[in-house]
Amino acid sequence: MEQKKYWKGLEELHNTEAHQEIVKNEFSEELPFESEGLLNATTPRRDFLKYLGFTTAAATIAASCETPVHKAIPYVNKPEEITPGVANYYASSYTIDGEYVPVVVKTREGRPIKIEGNTLSSITGGSTSAKVQGTVLSLYDVARLRFPTIGGTETTWAELDKQVSAALAGLGGAPVVLLSTSILSPSTKKVIDAFLAKYPNSRHVVHDPVSYSGMLLANEASYGKRTIPSYHFENAKAIVSLGADFIGTWLNPVEYARQFAQTRKVSAKQLEMSKLFAFESNMSLTGANADERYTHRPSEAGAVALALLAAVGGSVTAPKLDAKVEEGIKKAAAELKKFAGKALVVSGSNDVNTQLIVNAINNIVGANGTTIDWANPSGYRQGIDSDMTKLVDDMNAGSIGAVLVYGANPAYDYFDAAKFSEGLKKVKLSLSFNDRLDETTELCKFAAPDHHFLENWNDAQGKPGYYSFAQPTISPLFKTRAAQDSLLAWTGNTTAWADYLKAEWVAKLGSQEAWDKALQDGVVEPTTAPALGGASFSGDIAGAAAKISGAKKGGKYEVVLYEKVAIGNGRQANNPWLQEMPDPITRATWDNYACISNTLAKTFSAQLGDDYEINVEKKELKIKTNGKEIVLPMLIVPGIHPETIAIAVGYGRGKNIGRAAAGIGQNAYPLVSFNGQTFDYFTADAAVEATGKMYPVALTQTHNSYEGRPIIKETTLAEFSHNPKEVNEDRRELDKFGKDFRSDATLYSSHPYPGIKWGMSIDLNTCFGCGACTIACQAENNVSVVGKEEVGKGHEMHWIRIDRYFSGDENNPEVVFQPMLCQHCDNAPCENVCPVGATNHSSEGINQMAYNRCIGTRYCANNCPYKVRRLNWRDWNGADSFENNLYDVADMNDNLTRMVLNPDVVVRSRGVMEKCSFCVQRLQEAKLDAKKAGHPLKDGAAKTACQQACGADAIVFGNVNDKNSEIYKIRNEEQTERMYYVLEETHVLPSINYLAKIRNKDAAPKKAEKESAHKEEAHHA
Amino acid sequence: MYRRVSILLRKHFVSVLILCASIVIPFSAVKAADPAKGKQIFQQNCASCHNVHKKLTGPALAGVEGRWADKKLLHQWIHNSASVLASGDKYANDLFNEYNKTAMTAFPSLTNEDIDDILAFIKVEEAKPVGGTPKEGPATAGAKEQGSDNSLLFGIITLILAVVALILMQINSNLNKLAGDKEGHPTPEPIPFYKNKAYIALGILVLFMVGGYFTIQGAIGLGRQKDYMPEQPIFYSHKVHAGINQINCLYCHAGAEKSKHAMIPSENICMNCHKAIKEYSGPELFTAEGKKVDGTAEIAKLYDYVGWDAEKGKYTKPGRPIEWTKIHNLPDHVYFNHSQHVVAGKQQCQTCHGAITEMDEVHQFADLSMGWCINCHRTTKVQFADNNYYSIFEKLHQDIKDKKIDSVTVEMVGGTECQKCHY
Repeated sequence: MEQKKYWKGLEELHNTEAHQEIVKNEFSEELPFESEGLLNATTPRRDFLKYLGFTTAAATIAASCETPVHKAIPYVNKPEEITPGVANYYASSYTIDGEYVPVVVKTREGRPIKIEGNTLSSITGGSTSAKVQGTVLSLYDVARLRFPTIGGTETTWAELDKQVSAALAGLGGAPVVLLSTSILSPSTKKVIDAFLAKYPNSRHVVHDPVSYSGMLLANEASYGKRTIPSYHFENAKAIVSLGADFIGTWLNPVEYARQFAQTRKVSAKQLEMSKLFAFESNMSLTGANADERYTHRPSEAGAVALALLAAVGGSVTAPKLDAKVEEGIKKAAAELKKFAGKALVVSGSNDVNTQLIVNAINNIVGANGTTIDWANPSGYRQGIDSDMTKLVDDMNAGSIGAVLVYGANPAYDYFDAAKFSEGLKKVKLSLSFNDRLDETTELCKFAAPDHHFLENWNDAQGKPGYYSFAQPTISPLFKTRAAQDSLLAWTGNTTAWADYLKAEWVAKLGSQEAWDKALQDGVVEPTTAPALGGASFSGDIAGAAAKISGAKKGGKYEVVLYEKVAIGNGRQANNPWLQEMPDPITRATWDNYACISNTLAKTFSAQLGDDYEINVEKKELKIKTNGKEIVLPMLIVPGIHPETIAIAVGYGRGKNIGRAAAGIGQNAYPLVSFNGQTFDYFTADAAVEATGKMYPVALTQTHNSYEGRPIIKETTLAEFSHNPKEVNEDRRELDKFGKDFRSDATLYSSHPYPGIKWGMSIDLNTCFGCGACTIACQAENNVSVVGKEEVGKGHEMHWIRIDRYFSGDENNPEVVFQPMLCQHCDNAPCENVCPVGATNHSSEGINQMAYNRCIGTRYCANNCPYKVRRLNWRDWNGADSFENNLYDVADMNDNLTRMVLNPDVVVRSRGVMEKCSFCVQRLQEAKLDAKKAGHPLKDGAAKTACQQACGADAIVFGNVNDKNSEIYKIRNEEQTERMYYVLEETHVLPSINYLAKIRNKDAAPKKAEKESAHKEEAHHA
Repeated sequence: MYRRVSILLRKHFVSVLILCASIVIPFSAVKAADPAKGKQIFQQNCASCHNVHKKLTGPALAGVEGRWADKKLLHQWIHNSASVLASGDKYANDLFNEYNKTAMTAFPSLTNEDIDDILAFIKVEEAKPVGGTPKEGPATAGAKEQGSDNSLLFGIITLILAVVALILMQINSNLNKLAGDKEGHPTPEPIPFYKNKAYIALGILVLFMVGGYFTIQGAIGLGRQKDYMPEQPIFYSHKVHAGINQINCLYCHAGAEKSKHAMIPSENICMNCHKAIKEYSGPELFTAEGKKVDGTAEIAKLYDYVGWDAEKGKYTKPGRPIEWTKIHNLPDHVYFNHSQHVVAGKQQCQTCHGAITEMDEVHQFADLSMGWCINCHRTTKVQFADNNYYSIFEKLHQDIKDKKIDSVTVEMVGGTECQKCHY
């Protein structure tokens, strides 16, 4: 096995002085005294007496206060299905911007508090993503529009209907345009069509903020179908991603990540595993999970595809590429050919020619009908870029009568937003259905706010025959109205949308009972999966190749735009949970930035060895390209192409978007360009200069250091199949202590676990680092949002973080993601040092935290080898006894937002330590259900939030005392070779085990291995 | 207005003042009849109908011993009033007629000693001023709360003895001085005891310890409200519903079996019966203050809330919710689940809520403190053999088989661990 050195940041790799300093300090800041110092203060004694007097008086007043009188107000008429204190679950669907995720919504006393995946769906199988988990918070967003408006003033729906109908009638034949993002709902489309049919020359324009137009057009050119096929990563043995981040952001990542995970489950008995090649410019989540990764310039994406086509046997010649990339293409092609029929190539390019070449490759390697299903196309994206540019031209020409905006926000995310805004002024009737006063809605005369999807009825088609439904999980919070209702009203159809949808489906399914069942299940799927279908390729390869070869060469630097896993295209930007979720690769929160390589950073004298990663202040760069300029802080990301600058879209939102997103980062959409056919999400020639200013970026990557102790185990598939025992070679040391060494080397008596002993297993091979677990945990456990400034101080509160480790080549490192949460040690070091016994051990192996006992000494956090304890440095939740201590940067304490809190979990007050509880409220509930039913707890009845959210099933949780449980089997039967505990040598006996990462790559040359080991020694010398 | 909020805290803090002043040392009175015990029995069994000073459902009990010719007869009356009436006792029959021929509930389970305890308690109560409330009579309330009603007496005796001792010491020192003078070696002028540093220090220490003890006790009691009996928007009598009419608790509090909340019933549950039951015809109802309650008028209040027109026999107005005052308030950081206790633990409602079927107005029976919870978890046995959930506890099953233990308490299966209730 490789003995690699892992590093979270370049500082750690080079073990700089600044890094050593920061790891010495558990809490990365000075004590919060004023800088003058308490001792130098002019009147410290008198101040002290003042405070003493105040606190005594306050305590006296508090003590003599009356106990408050609480009211208990029952229902007048209790709805039959609601029992206060018992959760109800409703099936729904997340279909924002064309993603298809059937979900189940947990509601308590009529309010949604948590979203889980719908396990009945065969497409997503109960998976979710951070974005999906976060939408429950968006429901309670205080920035949502609360009533319809005309010209910015509140109005009634009747008045709005009157005026809109009059305006529509007075258009005099000028076309009406409904402008939306991709819509998956067949019934909504029907409503739209009926509405547009009423007005001559009307059309429906789909504008996707991040467009897949190139792919749609290429598919039309190749197969005569302007559609997105269904992908089956689970059937693929060789996968090549050409800049397609299918694990993080590409099309429907929840579906693809789950499929891909199925090919990554390895044990000593099951040694088959897919091989993933990634060719990309920036470091994406998919690239980070690739077995082999190569970087190229963004402008070379087409050339790489062409070279790959040539390498798999296509009769094309590709332009010259970097030697390393060419070698990678050779390897990838060999693998694709080897696994012909089980191979798949996907591309994130929005260029028609590149996508056509990709289609040609897939055709050659036999993907059609095996890993790509053309018989059941998905329709996840529908926008055609030229439709949008034509619309903007028409608007500016004054030939458009009405624009109704439904979900789209071109005033923010269209590359020439100014032109769109100008054009909108020339439109007689401008109306927006959007849920907030976003950039486009601000410009519209009418605002007819739509319901949040959790308040609305809807349906969605994943692929033909696969439907998912949405039903209201809460009464509308505000005076909003379903957009479909509005359209029906303006069509002159008096049917309510709910009845319309029901009538549609009762007719389709045959009966009311079938419709009821469909709503209950949330999905309707064919009983037998339809056969995968191929298609005959008939694209003009030569033409596409010529255009790619003829493309302009890039300049000195190039810019590539990408979507962040949490924020995506920016539509859900005003979500504090998603803003605070550390990006999987950069570990930065609350901002976008210019990601550059270390090589490029050196030209701005921000190279390794200075205090780059320690200080939150980052140098600002001014990037000029395409006649636009953007100023962003630079962030060094190992593994990005040295001449590439990567910038995330979705930031720089307008001031009315909401408190969390307003004024954060810069809008990168203006850097998009239109090539006459599609939008380009890169620019081939950019100039970069430092502004000389600094800008703080809140990174979490250097928080919580392990100081170079080995915590990751990793090997290659070849080595693992050769000798599976090698991974745990070091654990053999334990053999000499006999079978039971648990009570050895400790002063404390070991804990008996008479009934249940909880344990968790995390597979590093299927953890892709997407962060769904982090947000699921935040929603389940009322984890606080602290804001950028506090994250910068290392005060973030996430109970589960995903540590990202780099290893190997600093210019193209390998990446391992390791979810880190409280390990619930049987020999817990935190328990011994608590002076008040606030943290102690349960008979089920849980390291308990009694918040009300905690006095905040932080001894436990200091003594925790895993650095998973979180102190409430400030009053994030208004839980303090004293008022005005509240620190809330994102409206998380508005009475509306607080409706999202899980009523079974307390909010913690200032000065209290908290950490992962293994979702004890869920465990207690599952145990109680078993007790009430009078049977032993069944395996899988108790699931933690992180486990449930994980689409890749990387987390397994259960009772290790139960010999039939999955967790027991993993530890003792199936994965004994890969199973290890982090920092086992400290003998803290964690309850969480990890499964070693297996990379499907060639064994590393022995020389390099020795070198790195030597290097490591040098650091620790 | 009459404040019925009896919060221990205030009593404790007041008693700190009194008791510190008199330096009362806690006594445990050993006596044949124990008024403290009597108080407990009184509250559990008698208080729903009787008050010491006031006429409620039954007569005021002050001077009850004097009214009965024979103590034995009184015992018999309490055990079974019908038998005394049947014997033709004049006082008993007059009493029966005076109270609209409402028979006193029989208490065959009370022993004669129990009754004597109650009588002792009544005697102690008699001595106190009438209408003593926490606000008006803090002194008595404070003394009473200490549960040792002789404390004051003993305190005074202690004080007198202390004064006598001081005087004797003074005399002793004076005599010593005289003796010394006589023998020719004059002693220096003694420091008076109130200036003596040792005495002062001792005094402060004692004050500090006693004050500290009661301050801590008071602090612990903060927020606890045992015996809390607020006035409710409708005079709803549990005694009438659950006691006299034998309605199952779970009929209205349906959540107790399913949920963490027992649930205050929604108004539609009330209307299930009260659509038909329009008038109250049961025994006379009285508030805790002794004010008579018109049951029919209270039912009319319900109709008003729910919007029911009793004459037309239909709903004529939209309903309004009834804002009950919550009596049992647990702190926010405690997770309590009714269904756990009722279904899994098979506990009776009365274990925590007291003799609810005897209460016209509900008061908080238990103090709902953590110590109270824990004590119960330590002593209560789980359904170890009957509930198959516990089959996984192999070692405990073995221990039972081996006769090492005879039963399994909640504590033994993790019932006193922090995260049983706090998360």
